[in-house]
Amino acid sequence: MKKDNSLLSFINNNETRAIAFQVITLLIIAFVFYSGISNLMFNIEAREIHTGFAFLSNRAGFDINESMIAYTPEHSNLRVFYVGLINTLVIAVVGIIFATIIGLIIGIARLSNNWLISKLATGYIELFRNIPILIQILIWYNMALLTLPSPKGSFNFFDSIFINKRGVYVPEPVIETGFVWVLIAVVLGIVLAFLLKRHFKQKHDKTGVYTRTVGYSIGLIFGLPLVVFFLLGSPLHFDYPTLTGFNFQGGRTFSPEFLALAVALSVYTATYIAEAIRSGIEAVDKGQKEAAAALGLTQTQSLKLVVLPQALRVAIPPTINQYLNLTKNSSLATAIGYPELMSAFGGTVLNQVGQAVEILGMTMAVYLVISLFISLLLNIVNKKMSIKGR
Amino acid sequence: MAVYKQQELRKPPISQVGIVRWLRVNLFSSKVNVGLTFAALYMLYILIPPLLNWMIFDANFNFGEFSIFGFEFGEVMATNTNCGRSAACWPFIYEKFDMFVYGFYPRDLIWRVDIVFAMAASLFVIVRLARNYQHKNKVLLAMIIAFPVVSFYLIAGGSFGLEEVKTHQWGGLMLTLVIASVGIIISFPIGVLLALGRQSNLRVISFFSTIYIEFIRAVPLITILFMASFVLPLFFTGGVDFDKLLRALVAITLFQAAYFAEVVRGGLQAIPTGQYEAADAIGLNYVQKNALIILPQALKISIPNLVGSSISLFKDTTLVLIIGLMDMLAMVNMTANDINWLGRETEGFVFVTITMWIFLYSMSRYSKKLEVRFSTDHKN
Repeated sequence: MKKDNSLLSFINNNETRAIAFQVITLLIIAFVFYSGISNLMFNIEAREIHTGFAFLSNRAGFDINESMIAYTPEHSNLRVFYVGLINTLVIAVVGIIFATIIGLIIGIARLSNNWLISKLATGYIELFRNIPILIQILIWYNMALLTLPSPKGSFNFFDSIFINKRGVYVPEPVIETGFVWVLIAVVLGIVLAFLLKRHFKQKHDKTGVYTRTVGYSIGLIFGLPLVVFFLLGSPLHFDYPTLTGFNFQGGRTFSPEFLALAVALSVYTATYIAEAIRSGIEAVDKGQKEAAAALGLTQTQSLKLVVLPQALRVAIPPTINQYLNLTKNSSLATAIGYPELMSAFGGTVLNQVGQAVEILGMTMAVYLVISLFISLLLNIVNKKMSIKGR
Repeated sequence: MAVYKQQELRKPPISQVGIVRWLRVNLFSSKVNVGLTFAALYMLYILIPPLLNWMIFDANFNFGEFSIFGFEFGEVMATNTNCGRSAACWPFIYEKFDMFVYGFYPRDLIWRVDIVFAMAASLFVIVRLARNYQHKNKVLLAMIIAFPVVSFYLIAGGSFGLEEVKTHQWGGLMLTLVIASVGIIISFPIGVLLALGRQSNLRVISFFSTIYIEFIRAVPLITILFMASFVLPLFFTGGVDFDKLLRALVAITLFQAAYFAEVVRGGLQAIPTGQYEAADAIGLNYVQKNALIILPQALKISIPNLVGSSISLFKDTTLVLIIGLMDMLAMVNMTANDINWLGRETEGFVFVTITMWIFLYSMSRYSKKLEVRFSTDHKN
């Protein structure tokens, strides 16, 4: 066969074209980047904006009313970053916990055979899912400011929890020396319970004799730390909030901003989690339950060994995705001024320093890391839960 | 001879028919359910009456004098002071209605916006009527291209003898709809290209598409909006004047494109390999293959998810408030700062919430309907 070396066939060659396309794409991207960045440099110089990360060690100069770590205006901008990051994580964890609880309740309620309950659950989902989260945050915030009483007339729960316009005051646990042993006992208890469970499962697999381990596990996980706690003479006490003058002193305060954000995020995200849970439960075929009953499994065994593993396989991945969405949505705190990452660092520090590229870059990087972490988690869960083929 | 007389049929027990049976089965089937039912009723009793009182029964509906067929109704319109604080003051919304819908758009020009609204409404009617028309796709395509162009000239003005209206005067529901529709229309083709890019065999293209999609999806929209409003102008040398709305639109479009791309990719992955191979076998090139064989099928199965993604975008448009655009939500504070109507945020929030809810709820119903129409499994 004659080899065709003409130019035409070279141009029409798929491989040539593939390479050409990729080179062109690269050139376009490189050009966009180059012109964008050179313009950026030019503009930054023209407007006399500083560059680099030196601003991080400068004095921040503004106060943050809510911080998990010690913070004063004398601290650096980097400290603000940490304060914001920790607050983001706090609101995310609190939101995730409550969203999961509400979502579980609503998801199960939707499948209730009680007409009223299931209709109420549907109503809840349709109502809160179709209101943008930002509106919800603003509404809860305004409601808190409008309807809550002044510090003098605060709602009082057992003289230890107070709720008023300025926020929620709860007793703060004060840790004394020796408490670390209690924590060690908790870890030890969990490890022991796990080993015990494994031992009895092996026994079950080998001999078929089933042993209930719930009691032992509870004893190990809760009892062991309690014993250690009292042996050490209760190395923990609570600092109660008390009304002095016009405001409360002591205890831990959660601001109205925090409350509004936490309530809005959990109420909104719960609608999605509820739907995930409902679809998970509905995904389990009725025949599975009947087969489990036919095998002679008890109600609990059937639920634990047959229904839940299949329901969770469907329900958990979208739920984890919602956790990520909740974390991202927490950045809307900017609208009401709860000092989380986007609001304190991406907002206030940005306004003071003006180095948008660096500051927004750092902020985005944090969300990127959180998101990568959650994707990683999701992959692990998916791998663990995927149907084992035969 | 025994006489057999037909006995009258006995009625079923009262507890087994009609409303009593319904109540027994659906509300009081077990002890737990009885408790739950009463708990739910009590909760409704706590929540609903005060809400209705606030919104309707104790509320002020005094919209001023008006006459129907010569009969006079109403009295002088209520003001902030004689409205009271314990219930809703709807005359406030009545007076500020234009603000909520058009923002600061010049009052004598709002007919132009109204025409756009009317066009949008008739668009839906035409789409329904043209369902069985032979060339419906051409009609649809023409409208989808013509509508945004005409709307743009009507709203923005500046040519064809229409007075120009600067974007900082745009606001309210109109702005929300403008942002949402521009975001959807422009980001869709970008999303399709990104999806094709991610699935492409060309390593470089697939690499950059993937990086872009994953990066955008990992960060909150608000960071991208901030980037667009603080950093984007710096990427261009002087002369290019970026107004606020354009920055927001760029951010929302770039953001939404990544989400559309993932939806379309889902559709692309659902197309059996045989379709690709068949297209290759009959000698179609890449563009022909995708435009004629793959995309029509992939887009069709992605329609429900595309609508779902558009719903998210519609919700996200409220975020432009944070970078200082005067959308409907921003009007709440704006109107309640009016010296004559101080402190009427609640009414504003309720009005905006109800409006947004109606939009989003009908969109989500529509997407459910599409899901049923396009579903090919035999569940039901």
